[in-house]
Amino acid sequence: MANTTHIGLDQVRQQLRQPRTQLKGRQASPDARAEVQALIGLPPAGGHRRDLLIEHLHVLNDHFHGLFERHIVALAAEMRLSVVEVFEVATFYHHFQILKDEDVAPRITVRVCDSLSCSLAGSDSLLRQLQRDLPGDVQVVNVPCLGRCEQAPAAQVGQQAVSLATTEKVTRLVAEKHTQPLALPHALRYEDYKKAGGYQLALQVAAGLKDHESVIQVLESSGLRGLGGAGFPAGRKWRIVRSQPAPRLMAVNIDEGEPGTFKDRTCLEADPHRFLEGVLIAASVVGCEAVYIYLRDEYHEARVMLTDELAALQANPPCPLPRMELRRGAGAYICGEESAMIESIEGKRGEPRLRPPYIAEVGLFGRPTLEHNFETLFWIRELLEQGADSFAAHGRHGRKGLRRFSVSGRVRQPGVKLAPAGITLRELVDEYCGGMAEGHTLSAYLPGGASGGILPARLADVPLDFDTLQPHGCFIGSAAVMVLGVHDSARDAALNVMRFFAHESCGQCTPCRVGTDKAAQLMTAEVWDADTLQDLAQVMGDASICGLGQAAPNPIRCVLAYFPQEVAAEVKA
Amino acid sequence: MSTVQFTLNGQTVEAPAGQSIFNIAKDLGIAIPHLCHKEGLTPDGNCRACVVEVAGERTLAPSCCRSATPGMQVQTNSERAVKSQKMVLEMLLADLPEQGYKWLDDRAEAPHGELSQWAEHHGVQVRTALAALQREAVPADLSHPAMAVNLDACIQCNRCERACRDLQVNDVIGLAFRGAHTQVVFDLADPMGGSSCVGCGECVQACPTGALMPKSHIGPQKVDREVDSVCPFCGVGCLVTYQVRDEKIISVQGREGPANEGRLCVKGRFGMDYIHSPDRITKPLIRKAGVAKDVSSLDGHTDWREIFREATWEEALDLATRPLNALRQEYGPKSLAGFGSAKGSNEEAYLFQKLVRTGFGSNNVDHCTRLCHASSVAALLEGVGSGAVSNPVRDVEHSDLIIVIGSNPTANHPVAATWMKNAAQRGTRIVLADPRITDIGRHSWRNLQFKPDTDVALLNAMLHVIVHDGLCNEQFLKDRADNVAELKAHVQDYTPEAMSAICGIPADTIREVARAYATAKAAMILWGMGVSQHVHGTDNVRCLIALASITGQIGRPGTGLHPLRGQNNVQGASDAGLIPMMYPNYQRVSDKSAHDWFEKFWNTKLDDQPGYTVVEIMHKALAPESDPHKVRGMYIMGENPAMSDPDLNHARHALASLQHLVVQDIFLTETAWLADVVLPASAWPEKTGTVSNTDRTVQMGRQAVLPPGEAKPDLWIIQQIAQRMGLNWHYTGEHEGVAEVYEEMRQAMAPAIGGIDWARLNAGSVTYPCVSADDPGQPIVFHDHFPTADGRVRLMTASLIPANEQPDAEYPMVLITGRQLEHWHTGSMTRRATVLDALEPAATASMHGREMQRLGLQAGQWVRMASRRGEVVLPLRQDDGTPMGTVFIPFAYQEAAANLLTNSALDPFGKIPEFKYCAVRIEAATLVNA
Repeated sequence: MANTTHIGLDQVRQQLRQPRTQLKGRQASPDARAEVQALIGLPPAGGHRRDLLIEHLHVLNDHFHGLFERHIVALAAEMRLSVVEVFEVATFYHHFQILKDEDVAPRITVRVCDSLSCSLAGSDSLLRQLQRDLPGDVQVVNVPCLGRCEQAPAAQVGQQAVSLATTEKVTRLVAEKHTQPLALPHALRYEDYKKAGGYQLALQVAAGLKDHESVIQVLESSGLRGLGGAGFPAGRKWRIVRSQPAPRLMAVNIDEGEPGTFKDRTCLEADPHRFLEGVLIAASVVGCEAVYIYLRDEYHEARVMLTDELAALQANPPCPLPRMELRRGAGAYICGEESAMIESIEGKRGEPRLRPPYIAEVGLFGRPTLEHNFETLFWIRELLEQGADSFAAHGRHGRKGLRRFSVSGRVRQPGVKLAPAGITLRELVDEYCGGMAEGHTLSAYLPGGASGGILPARLADVPLDFDTLQPHGCFIGSAAVMVLGVHDSARDAALNVMRFFAHESCGQCTPCRVGTDKAAQLMTAEVWDADTLQDLAQVMGDASICGLGQAAPNPIRCVLAYFPQEVAAEVKA
Repeated sequence: MSTVQFTLNGQTVEAPAGQSIFNIAKDLGIAIPHLCHKEGLTPDGNCRACVVEVAGERTLAPSCCRSATPGMQVQTNSERAVKSQKMVLEMLLADLPEQGYKWLDDRAEAPHGELSQWAEHHGVQVRTALAALQREAVPADLSHPAMAVNLDACIQCNRCERACRDLQVNDVIGLAFRGAHTQVVFDLADPMGGSSCVGCGECVQACPTGALMPKSHIGPQKVDREVDSVCPFCGVGCLVTYQVRDEKIISVQGREGPANEGRLCVKGRFGMDYIHSPDRITKPLIRKAGVAKDVSSLDGHTDWREIFREATWEEALDLATRPLNALRQEYGPKSLAGFGSAKGSNEEAYLFQKLVRTGFGSNNVDHCTRLCHASSVAALLEGVGSGAVSNPVRDVEHSDLIIVIGSNPTANHPVAATWMKNAAQRGTRIVLADPRITDIGRHSWRNLQFKPDTDVALLNAMLHVIVHDGLCNEQFLKDRADNVAELKAHVQDYTPEAMSAICGIPADTIREVARAYATAKAAMILWGMGVSQHVHGTDNVRCLIALASITGQIGRPGTGLHPLRGQNNVQGASDAGLIPMMYPNYQRVSDKSAHDWFEKFWNTKLDDQPGYTVVEIMHKALAPESDPHKVRGMYIMGENPAMSDPDLNHARHALASLQHLVVQDIFLTETAWLADVVLPASAWPEKTGTVSNTDRTVQMGRQAVLPPGEAKPDLWIIQQIAQRMGLNWHYTGEHEGVAEVYEEMRQAMAPAIGGIDWARLNAGSVTYPCVSADDPGQPIVFHDHFPTADGRVRLMTASLIPANEQPDAEYPMVLITGRQLEHWHTGSMTRRATVLDALEPAATASMHGREMQRLGLQAGQWVRMASRRGEVVLPLRQDDGTPMGTVFIPFAYQEAAANLLTNSALDPFGKIPEFKYCAVRIEAATLVNA
């Protein structure tokens, strides 16, 4: 909660009798303006771009290890914004730390992931130990999913990722001041990618050698659907946006924040140009004049690498490129929601928009926008090269296609698993993950990250795909599968994800803002108030603006439906 | 209009396409709970109290944001929809405190305004389980003198934010943080009183639950009565509703009006309690025998009882009038003069000038228009044949570009400024041309911070560019303008390069702006006293007329010329003839036909020579005994020349030297201190009458409360004086016959307001010219001709004339005077309004931080500011919008009256003094406590 002030009336009168020695409100000091100017540069003709606000905040936040109020005031003046326009954006994103002018910024911030898979792996005690052991000028905070669930528990020291984190490992990195992102030596770089035949396809599409209509047809017949979670057919989306008036824009969602999901990072860190080639093909076919790539701020390693690779691509383009900008998220799960991401790219608070209008019609900067998840674009080259059938030929239990599952939790070999669509959980664990982890027996699983609900072991033979889980009150979403064993409790898992939703709710609409918060409190009770939770679940599901609030009740409903014994009075009694 | 057919609660409904389900339902009498939605604000759909069920949709839809589509099946009252509506209300209510701030009527059990209202509608009670989870209490923020912030009653609906940012564009309020921590903040979550809040109170008016409340109206909302009226402060003419309890105005609401659409500023909303000030004069006062008129008594410390005694009305009126009659008898009609007021009604202005013309017997009548837009009016009458605006302020919404020159609209016309800022939000380019960069500068496309006094250089250079680049609208010039060749030839020499050296604006910028103005589809010029208050004020305005004319940017929506009027009725008072050279409706007293008409109309002989203007009358008061026109007696109604005139030592000396001075006012103003008789008058909310705003819109003000004590309506007082001067007037009817006065005035002004009778005004605002009952009024004029003799605009050339007094070694700085947001004119009203006084309690002199540094001074430090005419002592304020080498002082402060310093040099045409430029010297001062 922010600083609020109670001042006695007499004091107010006394103060106010003094003539004002400056204009109303905080005024930018020349020193702070000079510091800001030195970091973000002088305004170009026409002024600083409003949409770069978050980028500018990052520059300040990185440099000063926080955002001092004087710099917020100065940045507002530099950008000709009001102070509150900067403040409301800065306070929306968890990675921006607002500091009073008299505060001392933390030397290093250590982030410990507290999402479900990391929590199962002991992140709570790691956090406590680090908070106890690390020196006072090191700030240790718990954060939602860092997207390294297969390496749980995950942590970050400054901008350096720590997998399988231990107190010793983190302490050593802090002591040695290792705070910069690690290099990614195994990533396939631009020249190597090109040598291996990369960008030929993009070139053909751009040059019109490959018919645009045929590209869309391949997408359509492959059945490729949006892999961020919503599953909208990709080919149809291209057609819709292509039919909108120019100028059209493209926005790429690599805000992979759904707890349990790490497939986009895994693919990006391995083969960035396969993705970029997909971007170029999509932009050519749909006719987008600019592409904004939104990368979550937790992925520092990938950002550094992608920045380099974009530069390499732009320095030596295989074909005419659209304008491409890489944008950095700032710690907000909600920005994975397509319209919230667009708001964020525009430099605003990541609050989802009401639909209609749909972003295909009125999207980024008010223009028709093609928005895609990273992985959807990552598939393009392969589909075009191998043909639609190569994809559609896969599948089990009557489902078609391939899916990348991010599997974590109590399995022997967690990781990204490329498996046929429609595979069951039991098959996925047994065939792709080496079975359950030592000492654990399957009790429950979350098929679609935090949002997709919780299913009991008895439903481990349901095909996992779009549309197959809805009858069970669940959905596959980004195919983030988190597996629980008999020593874990579904109720704890539900509470973990509800707290996550409460933490990540943008706060815009009542059902989600109040509902997630109240539900998380009610869910701590020994015996759940099922009536009230069901009522909250109904209003969240029915009346929230976006998918976050609409999906937030899933864990409540699943626990009440599938694990009543964990929360019911008669059992407890 | 296309319509859609759909089903609403089982009924087939046809509604205009694009209309929201909420509005359609409302029109059909179907109530849907709603909190974040408020008419006038962009629908946001965040509270979700208004969700409805649409067949075939997975989730419920917010009816405020969803328009009906053909065949849609909507249920506002299905079980599922109602469940969510009720849950939303319950969830919100669960977090609100038991004691609220905005009770329905006087019911403490319904303490949360609209939230309580809808909870009652749906019978919602908070269950124990949710009540137990009530969020943590937030301490109240009472740091602002006018408004209480109780965020424990906040439901995060962001109506306040939209009010602050979308409507008023003050950009102070935001929603910061996230999730359940989402919080309404001011700036950096600062206390409201320490934030950049300008106190417009739009947020308070928007808040549904009482989280933001006027401090004067917390708790029970029941009032004794509500009275519709119009704001008494500036010329924008915002409509208001007074809320009266126990015969006091406890709060003011913005009301839908053509100029304000419910918006107000800090003065209109929170500045009305001056009428309840203990300083009000409640009995007639008479100067005690033998007490000399001593200007040194204007020190703010003298007790009025040392100077005046109370009297009955009978005695006071007698003592007021008898010496006037005697002076007229002995020295002739020119020995008397009257100052009326632009703060009074049209009817008062009309009667006052009629009194002077028919009772005093001369045209020695004027008012403060002389001090604000006299030069504008002179140039406009000469050029386009009408002194009023061509287009209303709100026409900026049709402009591609607007030039705001010599004006600080966010301070002086705050609600008008909101329309400019709204236009800028939609892409209109604002060019601010002013030596000071004021708040509107953040919204402008280009800021032309030209050197003070160089208006003509800048404007002639723009004219040069337009002529040189062939951007003139030749068709317009051919059809509708005279003197074109002369003007074109004249501006030949004023190249941007040459003028850049003078005005300080780069030549390329001058070119860019001139071209943008000339080529805009529609461009408008708005100006204030930065243009008019110069010895070359008339020339400045001539240049503006020339700019609009040679580009043809006039006579269409979004174009034209708009001198922003200062006082609430400066337009109306001038229209009504409260000026020495014209009868009502700008008919020259020297024009034979007009003269004859009025002699007949008023059935009396009239003087056919123009009278003296404000500053001239002050000079004439000090004229030698031998001067046949020496002014010896004055009647001043509601004006305060002892503060508002330039070179106050001179003006005060002049007033003190009058043989007889009658002052009619609501306070003992600095002028009243020098009076022989002081007549206690009525404040605006205490009387009924009409006013005409800057847009030429005539609006009705209505009496809300009675004048205090024995104070009387001004209209009554004028008639009493008239009667005692032998005038045989009979105005009957309520409110001292105000309607009959208006109807008489209407006859004298038929070409302007002939179509606006009293009943029509009582029903609503009307903009003139309006010549018949079925004429809707004409907000935009000059479509195809100008009201000049030949119907054409007469272009005039202007050369560079320097300010009368230039800085030199002894007085090296330039003083600019003006106003500020909180204080009205000489401060007699606003400094007695508790909120306004709390916000701006003392005089300050503003300077640029670097300039202070250069002089070894710092903000807050007390300085002595001296000109050749006087000096003041006051502290410094840092305002980096102030140009180097200058200092700005608002003239509202008696204890540091800026006009002690100003120069009374006059513009030769408008007779307006040069308030905007004189030479001063500044030095550090040490304060000695008295």
